[in-house]
Amino acid sequence: MSTTVSSPGTGRRRRLRLGRLPVTLIAGGLILLASLVLAIVPSAFAPYDPIAMDYMAILSPPSWAHPFGTDSFGRDVLARVIHAYTIDMQIAVFATTGPLIVGVIVGALVGYAGGVAEAIFGRIVDAVISFPFLVLVIAIVAVLGPGLGNMYIAVGVIGWVFYGRLVAGEVNVQKRLDYAAAGRAMGYTPGRIIFRHLLPNAITPAIVYWMTDMALAILLGSSLGYLGLGAQPPAAEWGVQIADGKNFMSTAWWISVFPGVAIVITGLGFSLFGDGLAELLRTKK
Amino acid sequence: MSAALDTGSAPALSVRDLSTTFQTPRGPVTAVDAVSFDVMPGEVLGLVGESGSGKSVTLRSLMRLVHAPGTVSGAVSWKGRDLVAMSAPELRKVRGGEIAMIFQEPTSALNPVLTVGLQIEENLKAHTSLDRSARRKRAIELLDLVGIPAAASRLDDYPHQFSGGMRQRVMIAIALASDPKLLLADEPTTALDVTIQDQILKLILDLRDRFAMSVVLVTHDLGVVAATCDRMAVMYAGRIVESGPVVDLFREPHHAYTRGLLGSVPRGGAERTQLLSIEGTPPSLAAIPPGCAFNPRCSFATEVCRRDRPALAAYAPGRFVACHHHTEVAAAGTAVAA
Amino acid sequence: MSAAKEPLPLLQIEEAVKRFPMPQGILDRLAGRPPRAVNALNGVNLAVRRGETVGIVGESGCGKSTLARCLVRLHELDDGRIRFDGKDVAEYRGAERRAFNRRVQMIFQDPYSSLNPRMRVRQILGEALSVHRVRPPAEIPGRIAELLELVRLPQDAADRFPHEFSGGQRQRIGIARALAVEPDVLVADELVSALDVSVQAQVVNLLLQLQEELHLTVVFVAHDLRLVRHISHRVAVMYLGKVIEVGPTEALFTAPRHPYTKALLDAAPELDPTRRTRVAAARGELPSPLDLPQGCLFNTRCPHAFDRCFAERPILTPRGPEHRAACHLTDFGLPQADPASVAAVAAPAPLSL
Repeated sequence: MSTTVSSPGTGRRRRLRLGRLPVTLIAGGLILLASLVLAIVPSAFAPYDPIAMDYMAILSPPSWAHPFGTDSFGRDVLARVIHAYTIDMQIAVFATTGPLIVGVIVGALVGYAGGVAEAIFGRIVDAVISFPFLVLVIAIVAVLGPGLGNMYIAVGVIGWVFYGRLVAGEVNVQKRLDYAAAGRAMGYTPGRIIFRHLLPNAITPAIVYWMTDMALAILLGSSLGYLGLGAQPPAAEWGVQIADGKNFMSTAWWISVFPGVAIVITGLGFSLFGDGLAELLRTKK
Repeated sequence: MSAALDTGSAPALSVRDLSTTFQTPRGPVTAVDAVSFDVMPGEVLGLVGESGSGKSVTLRSLMRLVHAPGTVSGAVSWKGRDLVAMSAPELRKVRGGEIAMIFQEPTSALNPVLTVGLQIEENLKAHTSLDRSARRKRAIELLDLVGIPAAASRLDDYPHQFSGGMRQRVMIAIALASDPKLLLADEPTTALDVTIQDQILKLILDLRDRFAMSVVLVTHDLGVVAATCDRMAVMYAGRIVESGPVVDLFREPHHAYTRGLLGSVPRGGAERTQLLSIEGTPPSLAAIPPGCAFNPRCSFATEVCRRDRPALAAYAPGRFVACHHHTEVAAAGTAVAA
Repeated sequence: MSAAKEPLPLLQIEEAVKRFPMPQGILDRLAGRPPRAVNALNGVNLAVRRGETVGIVGESGCGKSTLARCLVRLHELDDGRIRFDGKDVAEYRGAERRAFNRRVQMIFQDPYSSLNPRMRVRQILGEALSVHRVRPPAEIPGRIAELLELVRLPQDAADRFPHEFSGGQRQRIGIARALAVEPDVLVADELVSALDVSVQAQVVNLLLQLQEELHLTVVFVAHDLRLVRHISHRVAVMYLGKVIEVGPTEALFTAPRHPYTKALLDAAPELDPTRRTRVAAARGELPSPLDLPQGCLFNTRCPHAFDRCFAERPILTPRGPEHRAACHLTDFGLPQADPASVAAVAAPAPLSL
């Protein structure tokens, strides 16, 4: 897929110009860029070690020394929120990229083949979406045992279906257009028609969904962390942090609220970026 | 033919300087630019042009059926009243009443979840004082009139149970329900096959005679014009470039665009020869060339054509052209010798 | 048919049959109802000689587009065969199949959907060239330039996307893509019907020029009778999935020998406003292709139909040089014949078919 934008009347390959990009893409991109930097080098920004306990400052409210306050072990909440970026961004990427790749490939093949393959795939989709996603993941993690690795497996087993459904539907529409027939009449192989011709025209919804899915994955990771099935304490992870603070909500709100705000901001970044991407990738007619 | 030349009798519909402008993010776009024409009682006027010429927008503008960023100006005089200045409730009475409209796509113009009988009766209810049983009787009469076999038994059928040609007949029956005096037809046969098109066009002509209606027929097909219209107006880039009686225009076009259009259509007797085509493509309404809009594609164009936009002017009784060199164009003759 | 000395036709369609099954609901299946099918082609016979243009004309639902798609093997026939160079195309495998795909090219109707919106013109043309290895990679840019010139597009078109072109220009790109692989046969399905009249003429002129220059064989499928008459050497008229008349263009258009051909020609509006008629040329509408009429397919609308037409389906029989029609009224269209009297005289033939 080409990322250049071309306008009528010019034959030259155009560079992306910042001013022509959707505002949502830029805003979302900036949030994600900042998140990524924090995820890669958290120690450059965190004022304290995230797991260092300071029994002299247990449950201290936000102050100049601890801008986000401290938790029940005296750990600095700001440092923990920043360090949690590493795990939570990893969850966002790892829990979605595998399903994206598998789903796109399966969806493209199923959408092109149609017939029996599509019927079987349709039943799988029905089976998966008839359960609440979270319940299904919890069930699988409960069988495999808690931990991030098993969470990725659980999400991967189910998550690809959603991408597959999107891509299969879109490929099904695209394959009926004459350019696909033209490819077949030219004697191009099915592989070339599917991946070179149909997929670039069919993948946009999956890419946009991928962004939303990353936000959902963070929520899922946090939920599992909260339930003790995802990242394990004392690791800094937003869901674990919120769980840490649940007994102190009335007395030390900052333990849970700041990780929650981090989740909201990161999620917002993903969905803004996704919206902007959708606008950018829209095919010109 | 009926009153083809606008001499003597008063026009039924008189359009003066009708303009329709759409506001777009890139600035205003004029789809219809100061269009003027008359329609005589009982006359079929053809509005001819290619996509983007403004012919359909003109037709819709007559009844102010232009969607919101579009604004209509000028004067459309119908029985002494100006449709452009008329209040909305007054206009509703005229729409679908004295003036009815049929569209290219009968499939999308009919409501799929109502029976055709209900849709005809709906119009009868709005524009006549008939009671329920009389309306039903009239609906059957109308379906029969437009040539739908076994009309009484088809009244309770839904649009999808009709073929494309039959749906267009239903549309016409709905339009006729209010006993209109002017029928606006927007490419009514473009979606139909040639044998069905033939049936529908002939039906429109019969109904014109029977109800003494005037008809404005928008089409891109010169064959349809030749077969049905008394007078024609050729549109290009939002303006009328030539108008006059169909027979005269086909015999001796005075505008290079009309001449090119006529030459673009193959005729028998010159098989496998090069057609007289018009170079280039019609301009986008957002980028209409200065001077005569047709000059970049015109083989007769000179300096004056690139500078001054020619006005539509009469050069003979009932014949109008907007061309600086119309005598040369006429002298060049049509592509095919008769 | 005295085909003894004639060279073998390049394309030969014999009794081609194509049905599209209708999706069947579970209730129908439980009730044991037989699946219904749209009968798109019901035994089509047609030959196309090298270097000629054959027009295929008919109204929607006559099967002309299905036939075009079968010719390039976008659909496979259910029965009958299509021979290319004497060999049944269904038997082509592997390299032979690829060669067939190269030699018979199709141009599509819709200039908006027939080009991949995410590929530049250079990629669209280059792909055809490299997949079929008609040129070594080094010569591809030069060949693309040649192709653009051939279809009268500017050289800078190569770096643009399809959406930057008008409909007529896109059809030129479609033609260039088809010509890239140096085919023998071009199958053009409603090539210009989506274009404005003034642009149609440009594309038609181009097609005529290219055919002369490149000695192409063209199958021109269209509903526009005037266009088909202008372009074709020979014309086949289709109705409900059968060729009902085929003949040299001039003969077929001036003296049609099948009542449907005559109705079709009469229905097409005359371009001369002084020669107007007020009576519709054909009555009724096309029967459903799900339930074909018994006997002659046109009998539901034919003003001349008599007993035999409802019992026996006519086959194509000779009417003149290269001119054949499928009608029991063998005298139809002859100046001296009065169809009514012919119908009275025609002997009831035994049921065949």
